[in-house]
Amino acid sequence: MTVLETTDLTITLDGQPLVRDMALRLAARDRVGLIGESGSGKSLTALALLGLLPAGMRATGRILIDGRDHRDASDREWRRVRGRTLAMVFQEPLTALDPLMTVGRQIAGPLRLHEGLNRADAQRRAIDWCHRVHLPDPQRLVHALPHQISGGQRQRVALAMALACRPRVLIADEPTTALDVTVQAQILALLDELIEETGVALLFISHDLPVVAGLARHLLVMRDGRLVESGAADNVLRRPRSDYARHLVRSAAQVTRLAPTSVDHGQTRDISDSRMARMPMINESGTEGGQS
Amino acid sequence: MNEPILEGRQLTRRYPGRPHPALDGVDIAVRAGAGLGIVGESGAGKSTLLRLLLGVDRPSSGEVRFAGAPLARADGREFRRHVQVVFQDPRSSLNPRMSVAAIVGEPLRSLRVGGGRTERAERVAEVLTAVGLRPEDGRRYPHEFSGGQRQRIAIARALAPSPRLLLADEPVSALDVSVRLQIVELLQELVERLGLTLVLVSHDLAIVSQLCAEVMVMRHGRVVESGPTATVLTEPADAYTRDLLAAIPQLPQNLGWAS
Repeated sequence: MTVLETTDLTITLDGQPLVRDMALRLAARDRVGLIGESGSGKSLTALALLGLLPAGMRATGRILIDGRDHRDASDREWRRVRGRTLAMVFQEPLTALDPLMTVGRQIAGPLRLHEGLNRADAQRRAIDWCHRVHLPDPQRLVHALPHQISGGQRQRVALAMALACRPRVLIADEPTTALDVTVQAQILALLDELIEETGVALLFISHDLPVVAGLARHLLVMRDGRLVESGAADNVLRRPRSDYARHLVRSAAQVTRLAPTSVDHGQTRDISDSRMARMPMINESGTEGGQS
Repeated sequence: MNEPILEGRQLTRRYPGRPHPALDGVDIAVRAGAGLGIVGESGAGKSTLLRLLLGVDRPSSGEVRFAGAPLARADGREFRRHVQVVFQDPRSSLNPRMSVAAIVGEPLRSLRVGGGRTERAERVAEVLTAVGLRPEDGRRYPHEFSGGQRQRIAIARALAPSPRLLLADEPVSALDVSVRLQIVELLQELVERLGLTLVLVSHDLAIVSQLCAEVMVMRHGRVVESGPTATVLTEPADAYTRDLLAAIPQLPQNLGWAS
């Protein structure tokens, strides 16, 4: 069953189109990767799907959530959908979390709002979720403030908050871009585990193809506000149809290649030495090297 | 092995009020022709080390040596001329009010190595061409260029005084992947063609493997492993190096056409 679908989505600012004719569909257990470079329109697409477009931007086309068009939904209707049907995780958990509220209360917040749990039950579920996202010592950690935990732990908290109300779609926009590589690997593994466990549909947005390719089964490629390619991840990687997707895959393959370096010591030193000889060691005072 | 051009001996840097030193007894030697990658995650001490090597910060103990003598006694201009740097974000490292030609020519003027005005202009045109820009681009301003082009401008500025060493701090991390590839290829070409020795600070072991013959892996202010890049990649001795290697996101293997 399709949960989220958009067709002919166009986003304009002052009449200028920033995203044109975008289309995507998500059903339970789908894992869709949306890839593109900066300015491609991928994040704007995500914001439109969440009813969070910045003031002044306009969306046309259809945004169907459980079959109902939400393009012109009121703030109240969007608030009912966000956090419950559609959840989100962004790049920087430090800005997504309230700096003055304990981790436990932040995870409990949506549970009280959407599921009407009382404080004690919500707190118990928050502790449960800390276990599920593998945070250390949940009983104590729920009392911590966001700045007291590490960046990776904050992203685990953000994931717990997003998934606590059992949403059916998780929109993750560059969720690991701000993290160190080893922490990124842990968060990606956790994300994989959680979407498998919960059956939530994933829309993973990133500029980083290898990161997306690890999780997504379907890939969408955007460029300059348009969808240039869409297909099974394996097909897009192995047999990209558009020049741009081919270019993107090739660049990513080369940039992430672990190469025993091509720079050979002896050879480079020769070039260097001959160049040093050519290079005038100018220094007005006439000294070379300058050590007294 | 030839003498190191730039060397750090037992470098330690403590910051007041911090329980652990940011850098803790690090030895480093940069030799002509052997590009060195300094790899690690946040808090590893990479940037602290780079600042000490650039002489913009002083070690709490230990010593930086340039061309065989302590940096403290080296000729400042000679050092600046031969040790140039490129930073991560070309948006903040280029003065927006200066033309590209003025930016690129600036080290020549301040170091007084470029000769007269005409020779300086020739050198600026030469390095702009070397980084894949046109001499006419010198009349334009940084905001008129894309992120990748701005990084080319920063590289041109660093190359202008014909340095022996180029220190680069995460030079491609802020760039889109296709642009990243172009800048890596440019650096590769410059290293080979000009005989530059590159000291590359990066969290990205793949980029380092493509540009540096030697690698040094750091964690919590210490060196956990160092050696020829090929050896460290194929037979990592330290568990942390193995974790770093395993964490690199990879496309599926045997995408024959793309590699």
